[in-house]
Amino acid sequence: MEVPLGDTHRRLGARMTSFAGYQMPMQYTSIRQEHEAVRQRAGLFDVSHMGEVTLEGPGTLDYLQRLVTNDVSKLAPGRALYSVMCREDGGIVDDLLVYRDESGYMCVINAARHDPDLDWMQAHLPSTGVVLTDRSRETFLLAVQGPRAVEILAPLVAEGSPEDIRYYHHRPGTVAGVPVRLSRTGYTGEDGFELYGPAEQAARVWDALYDRGQGFGLLPAGLGARDTLRLEAGLRLYGQDIDESTDPFSAGLGWVVKLGKGEFLGSGALRRAAERPSRILVGLRLGPRQLARPHQPIRHESTEVGVVTSGTFGFTVGTGIAMGYVPPELAAPGTELKVRVREDPEQLAAATVVALPFYRRADQ
Amino acid sequence: MPERSDYRFTRTHEWVLPTGGGEALIGISDTAQGQLGDVIYLDLPGAGTRLTAGARLGAVESVKAASDLYSPVAGEVVETNDKAVSNPELVNQDPYGQGWLVKVRLEGELPAELMAEADYLAYANAEQH
Repeated sequence: MEVPLGDTHRRLGARMTSFAGYQMPMQYTSIRQEHEAVRQRAGLFDVSHMGEVTLEGPGTLDYLQRLVTNDVSKLAPGRALYSVMCREDGGIVDDLLVYRDESGYMCVINAARHDPDLDWMQAHLPSTGVVLTDRSRETFLLAVQGPRAVEILAPLVAEGSPEDIRYYHHRPGTVAGVPVRLSRTGYTGEDGFELYGPAEQAARVWDALYDRGQGFGLLPAGLGARDTLRLEAGLRLYGQDIDESTDPFSAGLGWVVKLGKGEFLGSGALRRAAERPSRILVGLRLGPRQLARPHQPIRHESTEVGVVTSGTFGFTVGTGIAMGYVPPELAAPGTELKVRVREDPEQLAAATVVALPFYRRADQ
Repeated sequence: MPERSDYRFTRTHEWVLPTGGGEALIGISDTAQGQLGDVIYLDLPGAGTRLTAGARLGAVESVKAASDLYSPVAGEVVETNDKAVSNPELVNQDPYGQGWLVKVRLEGELPAELMAEADYLAYANAEQH
């Protein structure tokens, strides 16, 4: 499938890659340059492959409270909430953002989980009182991220500066004449905005941000930099760090599970998982020239104790960085482990357990 | 300055450049560095290592992938590019110049199957499509 801006990306010289059934930009210049642009100036991402599902009707809050682990009753209009939704056994169906508007809610789900999520959401939908609409194909999602993002976006918004939109807040606005949702969120560890709007008008918003960004050193950024940025920021990726075989407590996402809010899908299993997770997702810092990759084994002394779920080079922190699951007794920061690097089983790199995130921006 | 027409290429995307005195530099092509993306690590043999044409020479690792390197020629390593080992981004920035990998003392003639640049580019282009 094509994202609405496929031609724009090719014109900008993107190397395209297939991801979750979509042709997506992997990189335009180099992953390092795009990563550094986002950390130091700004980057512009097209992540229109993400799924958007709106929910309306009098039964929506009760439905969402049963569907997701976080407490949606606390979510005021104009705010966004990160959560997961879990199976009855506590396995994670997907991680998602829930937006609340005056008239209803919007869930933003992973592209690779679109079909299973929709099946799951439909299966638990009450017979009346909630109208669920899949708006994934008709919605673009552009992200402008980095310390200059607010300056780049501000004059393009018709209704006044977006500077007053606080982190994890959102409001409607008009950018380049296109009606959008302005959301102060992102997946990079930097300040920035995500803009949702009608797919057929994506190019107008992209062009406006791209053109204005040129005076600020903005670069278009692809999935390659998105991955190195999110991993430095300690953000989990569904399909690698979390999936149906992992529960949110093992994954370090216990903070989005509100066991006190009443019964919800997976609450029984999650109560047990909260007491004694069998393994824990940790951050691993490697040497300056060492890269761990997903599926490579983690060892403690000579015993295999876990597996890497994400691994890359942290361009800002300057070392190889990874996440992986290890037994709780080996999860304390400072624990010295080893990770197999490259194909050769004898090539073991020292990996130190560190607290996540690997990178935190200065003003946080 | 060497001319690009002096470089000879392998099907595995290495190049060799005779530099006179029976010596040659070995590196990877611009196509190869572009495919690999940002190089993070070079695993290269030290001086004195014997190389066989077509045999594994070392490895280059990028954010995207690790890839074995194969020697275009037979010979003996006389120098490893330490600057590239400590700054692997040189392989991306200047693959035909400062991003060379090893210097070798050649044994015999260059293998006949090595390609001139135009032939290599045609081959690499066809391989990508």
